[in-house]
Amino acid sequence: MKVKEMIIEKLLFLCASISVLITVGIILVLLLDTFEFFQEVSFVDFITDKKWTPMFKDKHFGIGSLLAGTFLTTVIAVGVAIPIGLSIAIYLNEFAPKGFRKRIKPALELLAAVPTIVYGFFALTVVTPFLKQFIDIDSFNALSAGLVMGIMIIPYISSISEDALYAVPKSLREAAYGMGTTRLQTAFKVTIPAASSGIIVSIILAISRAIGETMIVAIAAGQKPTLTLDPTETIATITSFIVQVTTGDVEHGSIEYKSLFAAGITLFLFTFMLNNISYFIKKKYQEKYD
Amino acid sequence: MISVATKNRIKDKLFEYWGIISTLIGIVLLVVFMTDIFMQGVSRIDTTFFTNSPSGLKPETSGIFPALLGTLWILFLTASISIPLGVGAGIYLEEYSEKNWVSTLLEINISNLAGVPSIIYGLLGLEVFVRIMGLGKSVLAGALTLSLLVLPIVIVATREAIKAVPDSIKQAAYALGATKWQTIWTQVLPSSIGGVLTGVILALSRAIGETAPLIVVGAAAYIYDAPDGVLSEYTVIPMQIYTWMPDAREAMKVNAAAGIIVLLMITLVMNGFAVYLRNRWQKKIKW
Repeated sequence: MKVKEMIIEKLLFLCASISVLITVGIILVLLLDTFEFFQEVSFVDFITDKKWTPMFKDKHFGIGSLLAGTFLTTVIAVGVAIPIGLSIAIYLNEFAPKGFRKRIKPALELLAAVPTIVYGFFALTVVTPFLKQFIDIDSFNALSAGLVMGIMIIPYISSISEDALYAVPKSLREAAYGMGTTRLQTAFKVTIPAASSGIIVSIILAISRAIGETMIVAIAAGQKPTLTLDPTETIATITSFIVQVTTGDVEHGSIEYKSLFAAGITLFLFTFMLNNISYFIKKKYQEKYD
Repeated sequence: MISVATKNRIKDKLFEYWGIISTLIGIVLLVVFMTDIFMQGVSRIDTTFFTNSPSGLKPETSGIFPALLGTLWILFLTASISIPLGVGAGIYLEEYSEKNWVSTLLEINISNLAGVPSIIYGLLGLEVFVRIMGLGKSVLAGALTLSLLVLPIVIVATREAIKAVPDSIKQAAYALGATKWQTIWTQVLPSSIGGVLTGVILALSRAIGETAPLIVVGAAAYIYDAPDGVLSEYTVIPMQIYTWMPDAREAMKVNAAAGIIVLLMITLVMNGFAVYLRNRWQKKIKW
């Protein structure tokens, strides 16, 4: 009996340690191939070159053009999702009838459950043609990809922020009402400051999600690395570059293959940093009001 | 002259309207778009769409048969890999691990993994499963990659579900002489199964909709047969949609839309089932 219990515990421990193995695996794989990449490409070129063309004859490896595309789509997406997501959180918390809140939350979360390829199709076949009626815009562009991505990440912001606002003790809110404030004043002067750590966490997570999003940008933003901040142009992000290269056959050991991992580690560093910041904010400031 | 109080009340009312608009705008856009896709693709949905293979020459009779079977293979394999691993890890973290630096490390690690972009898992799979383990562009390599991707979701759901089981149930089992594992197997797991299942279904629904990591580990664009084994080449529904999408021919666009309808149906059914399970389970068990 004792032996069996021990074996089971060891087996379960193995399951749990696999999660650590995955992290180690990701970091090792990215580091090793990136190391090989930098034996052929100088780090200075990687940072300063203005072009990223590993697939062409005239090869350039300036990560800047991919970062510009990633930055552009992320900023547009977050620019849509923050005001809308926060307004939803405030509305559901301070204004909405109770039953409405309970019913609408699962519907909102559905926005994040729709496969991203569907959003890509949406951006390409609906949003871009719609925008073309008003502005001069490329068939593949950062703007429509960013806008649609913004819709997708709304629930990341609204859900977590709403939970944070909900956790603010009633007494604080009632004290504000007792002073004669309106609901809007209560929200902005009392509950939002009190829930600020949770709101910041939600925004960081949404940014991290937008940076790593792949299919929407691969489909709707194009696959042409461009060092630009003009949202109407065709661009490429780190993620869409990886998709572009791996859609075809890529030979192991070639510089294209290695460049995948150099781009990948750049992406990983950004999301890793953001995720850890949000984790520590959450741990440090959570449930101060118990 | 409007008083300050009135001004504030107007602002308050205006924000209420803005809040309603914000809440509904995403959902409305989604519904509009779904309707649009439905109109585009519904004409193609008949039995031949499910039983035919895709064809570049005959777009009008192209179907998703290989992709549908590929998705089912991926679903089955991913479930059989990620459920035992994820539930096992969840049980260990909640019931066995002591509160020390190891458990803190494991916790930070899992929360980190949940935030790693899916395409990075693709790169991991490409190097480890496809190349080092020599699985090639097989359905097994794809399923292993997706299993790692959804593992954090299963672990977190399992922990949450187990945490909700009250201590008194466990104490009662111990008092009757049950060992730790007997208590977990006969008491804790059965009473948390609803929560665990909910998490598993959500994780699998995520796996079915993923495209990017599978492109990286080699789901192929032109596959005309269903996989015939774990080492077989494969494609999946999202991949098939992605292949049809850039094709300029109208019939191909219709096919892509029809593929999206099928994919959305599967996702919606799985998510709906998960929500139903969660509600039912929460209602039934009142400690």
